[in-house]
Amino acid sequence: MAKKPARTSPSSKPAAKKAAPKKKADSPAAPSRADDLKAYREMLLIRRFEEKAGQMYGMGLIGGFCHLYIGQEAVIVGVMGAAKPGDQIITGYRDHGHMLACGMDPKGVMAELTGRSGGYSRGKGGSMHMFSVEKAFYGGHGIVGAQVPLGTGLAFANKYRGNDNVSLTFFGDGAANQGQVYESFNMAELWTLPVVYVIENNQYAMGTSIARASAQTNLSKRGVSFNIPGEQVDGMDVHAVQTAADKAITWCRAGKGPYILEMMTYRYRGHSMSDPAKYRAKEEVNKMRAEHDPIEQVRHRLLEGGTSEDELKEIDKEIRAVVAEAAEFAQASPEPDPKELWTDVLSPVAVAGA
Amino acid sequence: MTTNILMPALSPTMEEGTLAKWLVKEGDEVRSGDVIAEIETDKATMEVEAVDEGRIVKLVVPAGTENVKVNAVIAVIAGEGESAGAAPAPSAPAAKPAKSEATPAAAPAKPAPAPEPVATPADPDLPEGTEFVSQTVREALRDAMAEEMRRDKNVFVMGEEVAEYQGAYKVTQGLLEEFGPARVVDTPITDHGFAGLGVGPALAGLRPIVEFMTFNFAMQAIDQIINSAAKTHYMSGGQMHSPIVFRGPNGPASRVGAQHSQDYASWYAHIPGLIVIAPYSAADAKGLLKAAIRNPNPVIFLENEILYGKSFDVPKLDDYVLPIGKARILKVGKDVTLVSHSHGLTYCLEAAAKLAEEGIDAEIIDLRTLRPLDIDTIVASVKKTNRLVTVEETWPVCGIGAEIAARVQADAFDWLDAPILRVTQKDVPMPYAANLEKLALPSADDVVQAVKAVCYR
Repeated sequence: MAKKPARTSPSSKPAAKKAAPKKKADSPAAPSRADDLKAYREMLLIRRFEEKAGQMYGMGLIGGFCHLYIGQEAVIVGVMGAAKPGDQIITGYRDHGHMLACGMDPKGVMAELTGRSGGYSRGKGGSMHMFSVEKAFYGGHGIVGAQVPLGTGLAFANKYRGNDNVSLTFFGDGAANQGQVYESFNMAELWTLPVVYVIENNQYAMGTSIARASAQTNLSKRGVSFNIPGEQVDGMDVHAVQTAADKAITWCRAGKGPYILEMMTYRYRGHSMSDPAKYRAKEEVNKMRAEHDPIEQVRHRLLEGGTSEDELKEIDKEIRAVVAEAAEFAQASPEPDPKELWTDVLSPVAVAGA
Repeated sequence: MTTNILMPALSPTMEEGTLAKWLVKEGDEVRSGDVIAEIETDKATMEVEAVDEGRIVKLVVPAGTENVKVNAVIAVIAGEGESAGAAPAPSAPAAKPAKSEATPAAAPAKPAPAPEPVATPADPDLPEGTEFVSQTVREALRDAMAEEMRRDKNVFVMGEEVAEYQGAYKVTQGLLEEFGPARVVDTPITDHGFAGLGVGPALAGLRPIVEFMTFNFAMQAIDQIINSAAKTHYMSGGQMHSPIVFRGPNGPASRVGAQHSQDYASWYAHIPGLIVIAPYSAADAKGLLKAAIRNPNPVIFLENEILYGKSFDVPKLDDYVLPIGKARILKVGKDVTLVSHSHGLTYCLEAAAKLAEEGIDAEIIDLRTLRPLDIDTIVASVKKTNRLVTVEETWPVCGIGAEIAARVQADAFDWLDAPILRVTQKDVPMPYAANLEKLALPSADDVVQAVKAVCYR
């Protein structure tokens, strides 16, 4: 059953006094069947991809750190549903879902996880460091919070160039306590930069709950002293996410400066593959999965709306095939040529007109 | 079709573990995400979730089994609608990555040569009859930025007090008036933040010049400089570029104490993915800053407060650009090689004059670029003079001189007639008291002494 998580009652009050758009009392228009089918497919791809990644990690095919996005799928899928081509995306190290939702090829992402030449960074980046110029995906950053000034800088570039692109800068509740986040907030509002700060509050910064780490646990209010409007959103409900993202992106595109969306979400797995997540009760996880799963919510809505089980099964099958193909590619692709060790340290100097 | 469930590795280093408990039994239907077992590693008890769907037809490894190897088959699942026939007992397929045709790691033979950029061209010859103008280093730097900003609208400068105040050290004087506030951007005092904010536009294709009021404050920003600017090109497999210049005064100033008086040359020169430039003269400051702004890589451009007001002859040319990675022989000599950069050269020049009076003819090399280091020019000089003294305002430990000594002994061991000596700042935080500060810094006399020592005089 799809219910809103108890903790996440989306506050309709903008955190800052400044002319933040008021949320209407009536709920937003119900999602269309086409929207739901699209979201279902995209979230399912992330879920199955991440499950496969977890399995391949267990088989020793993926090394190092591997942070799975399972449970948080609605956040990136909902936000991307409100974005347009040209908008930039940047995030931290829990980034596989973001890349898939940007339209990056699952084969290239999985092959990067296995450290093969067919990966997006030709095997030299790994799980936390992938990029796509084509899809305006700017990483994939391993230092907690470092992507926030970078994403703010992408917004600076948009304003400098006078285009209407918006930077979608994602970070977690843990990163929200890094100082550079507030340095960025200050400049973003000071210079009215088009950046949506999407805080993915999955309630645990590795093993530390937000209550144990944050003096102000309502992170949507973290922009108050900079006059940045913010709101909390049910991040397990893809439609609520998309509706909020629409509003925030529209705000930025209109030249009104930054906007903060605190997505109340939850990760089902540990922080990384080696984290047994003993810091939270099993019941808490089970309750989230049973009552608020983002994919089940949409699935339920689709079935109630008349979509047949068979149709959804067909989608499941297609997604499984895509993921299986990615997994096969990621194992068949050769390791990078040893010569690659020495390439891409410096960009070659452009000769013409230099 | 049956699927094997394998013993998973649950950490980067796990090789085996205990299958503590099964949470399913044979015949159970499982779905993706169902917890099916608990596994104990040396660090924790972890849950194993099903990835494939179907019915458990066989639990191969009983609960309580210790030392189960990673990738051993622990259970078998049959897909939908399949009979629970005889369960196969397959052997664990070892997950072998498809190796490329690479030679397996051979015995550590010769270290592979680091790929320095290909042969750097010499300074362009100045056209016949080129006029020179006397300019301070400060003016030359300003002109370099202004010329590049006129040439390319993607170039902008940001930092504390760069616009309305005209630069804390007046290096950006006049730029706001000519280029306006969109391209000459005053930042709040937020070094970590604006360093990262500057890298963003570089990744997006603009060409930022980020001024640090001094490099002492860049320590707050060094994560963004190294982790975001220097490594992204490599980590992206060459997709992303960070054409950005971080510039500002570096090195000991005068009577400002330990926190404001430090040379960061070797800190940045340590980092692959960065270019590090530290010019001495105004002409080099101009030609190299223009090259730095045009370079597609992150460049650390180390200026010197004491040199800002010093005047030099600068060629009067429309577009004076110098090659990065090429040292300059500041004075030709035959008895000993002195290698330095930036303000360190003032000690060398003064020492060379004193040494000349005693009949010692020193050759002086101005490194200009610290990374990539022009080792060829140093080695060629050492092969001529057979003696080497390095001079710098950094601390001795792991400094530029240490790097030069290591490389020269590898490349020109047989040409050396004396041990290589280093003249550096003393290995202490910079003191404030005038006499102690003087003692802490290198001096021309230190250089003279070192030269006499390597000349056995």
